[in-house]
Amino acid sequence: MKRALLSAVALTVVLAATATQAQDVAITNARVVIGDGSDPIANGTVLVRAGKVVAAGAGVAVPAGVKAIDAQGKWVTPGLVVAVTDLGLVDVGAVDDSNDSAAGKSPFSASLDLSTAINPDAQPIKVSRAGGVTRAAVAPIGTNTIFGGQGAVIDLGADPQAVTVPRAFQYVELGETGASRAGGSRVATYAELHNALGEAKEISLAPAGARRDDVLLTRRDAQALVPVVTGRQPLYVHVERAADIRMVLGLRQEYPALRLVIVGATEGWLVAGELARSGVPVLATPLNDLPDSFEQLGSTQSNVGRMKAAGVRVSLGAFFDQPRYAPQYAGNLVALTRVPGASGLSWGQAFAAISSGPAEAMGMGERFGSLRPGRAGDVVIWDGDPLELTSGVVKVYIDGIEQPLDNHQTRLRDRYQTPTEGSLPKAYDW
Amino acid sequence: MRKAGILVATALALVLPGTGALAAKDQDKDKKEPSAAVKAARDFNKDPYPSTYKPYPGRATVIVGATVFDGTGKRFDKGVVLLKDGKVAGIGGSLAELDVPADAVRIDGTGKFVTPGIIDAHSHLGDYPSPGVDAHSDGNEMTDPATPNVWAEHSVWPQDAGFSRAMANGGVTALLVLPGSGNLMGGRGVVLKNVPSRTVQGMKFPAAPYSLKMACGENPKRVYGSKGRAPSTRMGNFAVNRETWIKATEYRRKRDEGKLESRDLKMETLAGVLDGTILVQNHCYRADEMALVLDMAKEFGYRVSTFHHGVESYKIGDLLKQADTCSAVWADWGGFKMEAYDAIPENAGLLFKAGACVVIHSDDANGIQRLPQEAAKAQGDARRIGIDIADAEVIRWLTLNPAKAIGVDKLTGSLEAGKAGDMVLWNGNPLSVYSRPEKVWVDGALLFDSSDRKRRPVSDFELGQPGEGDVK
Repeated sequence: MKRALLSAVALTVVLAATATQAQDVAITNARVVIGDGSDPIANGTVLVRAGKVVAAGAGVAVPAGVKAIDAQGKWVTPGLVVAVTDLGLVDVGAVDDSNDSAAGKSPFSASLDLSTAINPDAQPIKVSRAGGVTRAAVAPIGTNTIFGGQGAVIDLGADPQAVTVPRAFQYVELGETGASRAGGSRVATYAELHNALGEAKEISLAPAGARRDDVLLTRRDAQALVPVVTGRQPLYVHVERAADIRMVLGLRQEYPALRLVIVGATEGWLVAGELARSGVPVLATPLNDLPDSFEQLGSTQSNVGRMKAAGVRVSLGAFFDQPRYAPQYAGNLVALTRVPGASGLSWGQAFAAISSGPAEAMGMGERFGSLRPGRAGDVVIWDGDPLELTSGVVKVYIDGIEQPLDNHQTRLRDRYQTPTEGSLPKAYDW
Repeated sequence: MRKAGILVATALALVLPGTGALAAKDQDKDKKEPSAAVKAARDFNKDPYPSTYKPYPGRATVIVGATVFDGTGKRFDKGVVLLKDGKVAGIGGSLAELDVPADAVRIDGTGKFVTPGIIDAHSHLGDYPSPGVDAHSDGNEMTDPATPNVWAEHSVWPQDAGFSRAMANGGVTALLVLPGSGNLMGGRGVVLKNVPSRTVQGMKFPAAPYSLKMACGENPKRVYGSKGRAPSTRMGNFAVNRETWIKATEYRRKRDEGKLESRDLKMETLAGVLDGTILVQNHCYRADEMALVLDMAKEFGYRVSTFHHGVESYKIGDLLKQADTCSAVWADWGGFKMEAYDAIPENAGLLFKAGACVVIHSDDANGIQRLPQEAAKAQGDARRIGIDIADAEVIRWLTLNPAKAIGVDKLTGSLEAGKAGDMVLWNGNPLSVYSRPEKVWVDGALLFDSSDRKRRPVSDFELGQPGEGDVK
């Protein structure tokens, strides 16, 4: 609790700092998407003051002195929220020197704090921002254990303060990936997990005490798992197959304080009832439909729709792809509602699955992810239906601050509108 | 079928400059009877594992009232399309223009869209099948930088469930399955009809030419450099390529002079390229490397049909247009490796503006299910910089253009009378994220129907598994 309070205080300070730069703005004449699953509202207004949403919807008055922007009927939505991504850790995936998403040679694992490596100037952040992504949960980091380190919640603003919440959650692999890291078998992943949580428990009971002489974790790693066993820090668990999901749900019998979030869940539809009853949020990789591995034999694009229909708290994440593709994934789930026998999401549900849904799974639903009053002023204006392929982003606000949308790609685009050289080589065209 | 194959091959040989097939024949007349060894080296069976594919039975079918994109860039609002005897029998604006048999199945296409079957010019379905376990890793023969002797068709596992997903969700009716890009010369690619079959021969597209997969840049130099052998640099890539082409040129000269004493699988493929009967599909990201490859092709007298993954094609649209070389590209994927760093979402749009050939490809078992979606993203990104491209033109990037890139544009890729009845009925505009295939025909046979759960292929691998026969 103490830690949570402290970080809340620290965050208030950070937000206050950005709020001083934020201009009050009202976006009028907009097709407003709240992001909570409801349908778009025609002719709406979004009012942002001091970096936060004050009101959004129909009949919102624009106070005197607040700058009004006429959206001319365009779509206005909360910024997209992408959970489980390497944004900010990587410049170029295949250039190892620029890639901080794996630390397999480190002696540490659970204690690795991803917030220390976030680079707000990385092109993937700029490109994702230009695609309407405003917040992300960054994880995991590859280690030589089942633990993927302490993930960070970040914003994609063009300012030095990228980290919204450091050490926001712990990440663990309990499927095929975990098995290979733990020694070659799922059996070993559970031995490793129980041992680690046990060592954390011992430390939590005697923080300054001497440790047993047969511990496997460094003190630092065991210490990092204390907030997990005590329920102060969520535990994201990556599993795909139905049997693994059941095993994970069963962990709470032994560790009742665990705040689980299931990541991946390709076969979630096969255990949808149990998932729904557990209340555990699911960040599902959308559109898996190939038997890509033996833990994904039951894959179907209807997975998310079936889980939603069963009452699972499901949203999208872990694309292992570019974050700005979130709307395309969501749109495809809407498409499924028109396919005989398939299950998908309504438009409102689909948009929520890439905005308020992941924010709530992160425990951040009160902070951002929708245009409900009090949320961060993360707002995107689109030139068409945001889930539709030909639509694009017109403006992005984060914490009420209008963001630059240029990046390496847009500069190349501008230079090469005509490929041939003029009176000077292309290098002079900038 | 055989005959058609020879005709296509001859036609290609005639089109290409510097091919000596006909001249060589004339010279042969003056020579004495060649030895048995020479004969064997020259007169071998060029198609030793021939296609056994026969179109499945179909009923004459007419779709009325749909929006039809014919693949050549034309659009018919409230159009009609007739499939008969496995072929496109007619297309137009009204039923009166067509000779519709009395027993034809009539489909009301109101509010729906029709396109030719979607074609993927770059797939690894079958040679990197699902599940993607090590035992299935059959796409890259990374034991030598030049392996034009390997043929992708000998790796294709017909039970890859990916084929059915490509059909049901992507409307894909034909695809080029290529070897991977670990090697400079990765081997022969094979064009398949997207039909389930027990054997790869049962999928092989009759009369389609073979392709040679080549690769520029990072992959070959990384793979072989890390083994401590050539190539380990980009200049090494070119050196190994050129040395190999020199050998192939020499081999072909000897062949044409009747002086070969033995067969050489590697050289047979490369000589096929120099003859113009085997197309070159060149994986190449960077513009500067593509420009060098075009010169290498000139140096040795072959043509590059298509650059694959050309994320920098937009920088040299003029050169690509001049060379009549297609660019098979993703819409907006890039940045994942150094040579993909300059990828931009406007790549396809800028290429189109430059008058160069655009192909949207997948290289991916998921991406192949959403090729029209990729094209639509590129269309939107082009529009935002003032390049307006009509839907019907964009559909061409997925149909007639890839058909041309892989050498089957005389046979499929558009809904022109006489071509294969490869066709998709979509439940909305295929360029919308909200649309999916409703029915898919291959050579006039209905092989997918979203409203008939038994008209959905289930591979051997999926039988008895969770979700057998599910919507997927």
